[in-house]
Amino acid sequence: MSQVVIRIPTPLRGYTGGAGEVAVEAATVGEALASLGRRHEGVLERVVDARGEPRQFVNIFVGGRNVRALDGMATPLAEGDVLAIIPAVAGGGA
Amino acid sequence: MERLASTPAAIPPLMAAIGRTPLVELAVIREAAPRTRLFAKLESVNPGGSIKDRPVVRMLREALAKGRLAGGRRVLDSSSGNAGISYAMLGAALGVPVTLVVPGNASAERLDRIRACGAELIVTDPLEGYDFALREAQRLARTHPERYWYCDQYSNPENWRAHYEDTAGELLAQLVPFAGGTPDALIAGVGTGGTLTGVGRRLKEVRPDTHVVAAIPETCPGIEGLKPLGAPEDIVPAILDEALIDDRVTVSLDDAIAMCRRLAAEGLFVGPSSGAFVHVACELAARRRLATVVTVLPDTGERYTSTGMWRVSRDG
Repeated sequence: MSQVVIRIPTPLRGYTGGAGEVAVEAATVGEALASLGRRHEGVLERVVDARGEPRQFVNIFVGGRNVRALDGMATPLAEGDVLAIIPAVAGGGA
Repeated sequence: MERLASTPAAIPPLMAAIGRTPLVELAVIREAAPRTRLFAKLESVNPGGSIKDRPVVRMLREALAKGRLAGGRRVLDSSSGNAGISYAMLGAALGVPVTLVVPGNASAERLDRIRACGAELIVTDPLEGYDFALREAQRLARTHPERYWYCDQYSNPENWRAHYEDTAGELLAQLVPFAGGTPDALIAGVGTGGTLTGVGRRLKEVRPDTHVVAAIPETCPGIEGLKPLGAPEDIVPAILDEALIDDRVTVSLDDAIAMCRRLAAEGLFVGPSSGAFVHVACELAARRRLATVVTVLPDTGERYTSTGMWRVSRDG
């Protein structure tokens, strides 16, 4: 298990009591998000689909690399890693 | 070529090519409401590939006419991408320098095209969302007034006027053979509020009981270009006339994408906001008696290939 930080985008901060970062202990990306979901109700289903994969238009980065290009939810985490949840852009369109 | 031949010499052909988009009828609504007809403006045929060409060309024309860009001042604005492309394209065509503040989660296709047209890009932290980019543009405008002319699509009245005069004017003329020119309902979203305010205002002037519906995305995952307008800290665009909105209908990204796929199967390849509007149109028509519904299809599905929305999953 590694101590990692999950960076929370503005549209999800309503679920984290306004926090922009949440620290969790996890060995993989999937575990880190599950831990976030246990701590903050409602956030997990905004990020992953019913199969447990990142939802469309939601990207999860570890140290600047998209987990879709790594091992997805099984991507291993090292001590001090920073995860970022990046959803689609909202606003400014039509 | 016909368009070019009739273009006055003083207007660059790119500017003259904006607007006069086709009106397409979408049969998909008949499953929900067999007697309802749905018509949509196909805005991806604009030279910048989206509906944003309309307000941007009008705002820039006005700025040039009033000498706002004298002394080499740069056009400055924030954008989630489509308006940024319009600014970059028209700036290049007119020889006007452009600076855009864009959140880093704007799709790669958009950022590439903006860069290719030579606009200066300031990319903000994607975690902070669109409103952060907007505030950054406001800060730059405040601190460097000699360097920038802040176009501000959120409060520039030329934005909604472009839709009032052109988008709605075209719609009304194109609808004459079908609905006597006046639809029962309009479906639009709120990004800057320009389309909803301009088209909604014009339609209600012609027919006050036109039902104006705002398609509202979920907070996360959102729909590119659309504001959820839910949280108290969300910036509400100054040009949005909320009094025009009769109904707000929530739509999920999943529903929007499912509709995009439906439309693609019928040959229409459009982006998520288009799918959202058509989904809302179908929902509305199922529960209200409507003869004619209109909407816009703001951009093309090609602008989202990098997001993976068109990838077919292996397990179906």
